[in-house]
Amino acid sequence: MKRFIASPLFAALCGLLAIILIPECVANNYQLGVLIFIGIYTLLAVGLNLLMGYAGQVSLGHAAFFGIGAYTSGILTTQTHISPWLAILIGIIITSGVALLVGIPCLRLKGHYLAMATLGFGWIVYIVINNWKSVTQGSSGITNIPNLSIGPFQFSSDISRYYLVWGIVIIVLLLSANLVQSRVGRALRALHRSEDAAASLGVNIAWYKISVFVLSAAYASLAGSLYAHTVNYISPAPFGFIGSVEIVVMVVVGGMASIWGALIGASSITLLVEWLRALGQQNPKFQEFEIIAHGAILIIVMIFMPMGLTVGIRDSILRFFQRMQKKLAVAAKEKEQVTK
Amino acid sequence: MSTSLLEAKVVRKDFGGVTAVDDVSFTIQPQQITALIGPNGAGKSTMLNMVSGLIKPTSGHIYWKGQEITQQSTHAIARLGIARTFQNVQLFGNMTALENVMVGRHIHSKGNLFTAMTRLGRIGAEEEKVRRDALHYLEMLGLTDFAATNAEDLPFGHQRLLEIARALATEPILLLLDEAASGLSTHEKQDLVKLIFRIRDTGVTIFMVDHDMELVMGISDALVVLDHGEKIAEGTPMEIQRNPRVIAAYLGEEPPNA
Repeated sequence: MKRFIASPLFAALCGLLAIILIPECVANNYQLGVLIFIGIYTLLAVGLNLLMGYAGQVSLGHAAFFGIGAYTSGILTTQTHISPWLAILIGIIITSGVALLVGIPCLRLKGHYLAMATLGFGWIVYIVINNWKSVTQGSSGITNIPNLSIGPFQFSSDISRYYLVWGIVIIVLLLSANLVQSRVGRALRALHRSEDAAASLGVNIAWYKISVFVLSAAYASLAGSLYAHTVNYISPAPFGFIGSVEIVVMVVVGGMASIWGALIGASSITLLVEWLRALGQQNPKFQEFEIIAHGAILIIVMIFMPMGLTVGIRDSILRFFQRMQKKLAVAAKEKEQVTK
Repeated sequence: MSTSLLEAKVVRKDFGGVTAVDDVSFTIQPQQITALIGPNGAGKSTMLNMVSGLIKPTSGHIYWKGQEITQQSTHAIARLGIARTFQNVQLFGNMTALENVMVGRHIHSKGNLFTAMTRLGRIGAEEEKVRRDALHYLEMLGLTDFAATNAEDLPFGHQRLLEIARALATEPILLLLDEAASGLSTHEKQDLVKLIFRIRDTGVTIFMVDHDMELVMGISDALVVLDHGEKIAEGTPMEIQRNPRVIAAYLGEEPPNA
């Protein structure tokens, strides 16, 4: 029983229960929409966390993979009328291929080449999306992207989209939790700490770094396609540099090397961004706050909770209880002495 | 010579203009304890790193059972049966002692990205076996009680032992020990000597780098002495102890007949 409670399956079941119950407490479609975004960003954060938190490789261009997925879905389903599900699959294949091309030259080397390469790559993708107007419609974006559907059933209502996205999120979280608790997950964590030691034990470090990079790009592509088919409209904005920074902040805030931390990070940052956006609508002075807020959060978290919110909060609660216990013990001792 | 397990032939390593290892040749005989000694900066660790593939020689060849492995990658060399420890202990600090040793079982398990994520195939059974095997190696080195402790929280002596456990978990034919005794107390050093004999008795060949003459003389079957990157002597401990060039290198005197 104890083992079951500690297993990822149990966590997934709890998550499932929460997902079913949450819409009951949600007041309107706007809030449901925010929850859908949280789901999509959770996919992005989990993928990047596998790369950054576990394998220790930094990608500063993850929004580009998000964008490639979204635009593959958007372009294919509006221009060729293939099934959105097939478009998602094609998006994942294209994104993985692109990640392979970007990753192979950088990941065979030691050091932070990947961060630099992905930074440049992200800019290039953003520029292409903005300027290849004949295909991407440029800054005006692609409209009327079809819904996902199963048979005659269309995921057109917010509540059905909510269940769809979160169903996928739960599956991806479960697969990722399995991954990190395995031979592969151990190899990733090992090469993060010492590439030399991992290699000396037979771990093919270049192979694992490239694999996890491609995997995290594939997650981002899936998130992008879901975004395209649930919002039905895409424009370049979410796929630029700030988008990439946002995903990095989610991973850091949630906690490096924590699958469930990605969920916390994505939720807190998405809510914060939505709140700032609402403030901006009321008062234009707040409009440029988003990027400042990201910077400030990164600094504050790194200083006060370098392990992220999940571990940081857990540790402070533990410390609180330990202090309480100590106080109680001292009080009991004093009482004993008094009675003596 | 054909019976040697590993053979280095005129191996050289230049770092920029500095020659760290200068055309060194030696052999490692199976089931023996061979030590590579020399004063600080003699090029011992560089030599060891070349054997394990972490750095590539500028020139020269390294043969494993007669096959050339000079340009092979480290992980491929590990799969051949060469494991190592590091001078500045390189444990996976944020992982438990048990998990560290489980990484040592990497080449003896198969789970890949797909089976790991989906738990398809016999991945559960394999994982259980990896855990059991890893526990066995922890037990062998007396670290069972620390299985759940993070490696970086272990006392230094235990960290050295854990690194040996992790290397042994790969089931090596040749174990490379890089300054395994440095930083250990006299008592811990005595235990290390016993451990090295125990490992040798299980049929593992040992190649150790050390500058602690006393320790090395007491346990090795064969010695290779480096000074300023050059091999200055090779032989049994008795021969080495009488060798005037070795004495000179350690005491800093001119050899009498030079």
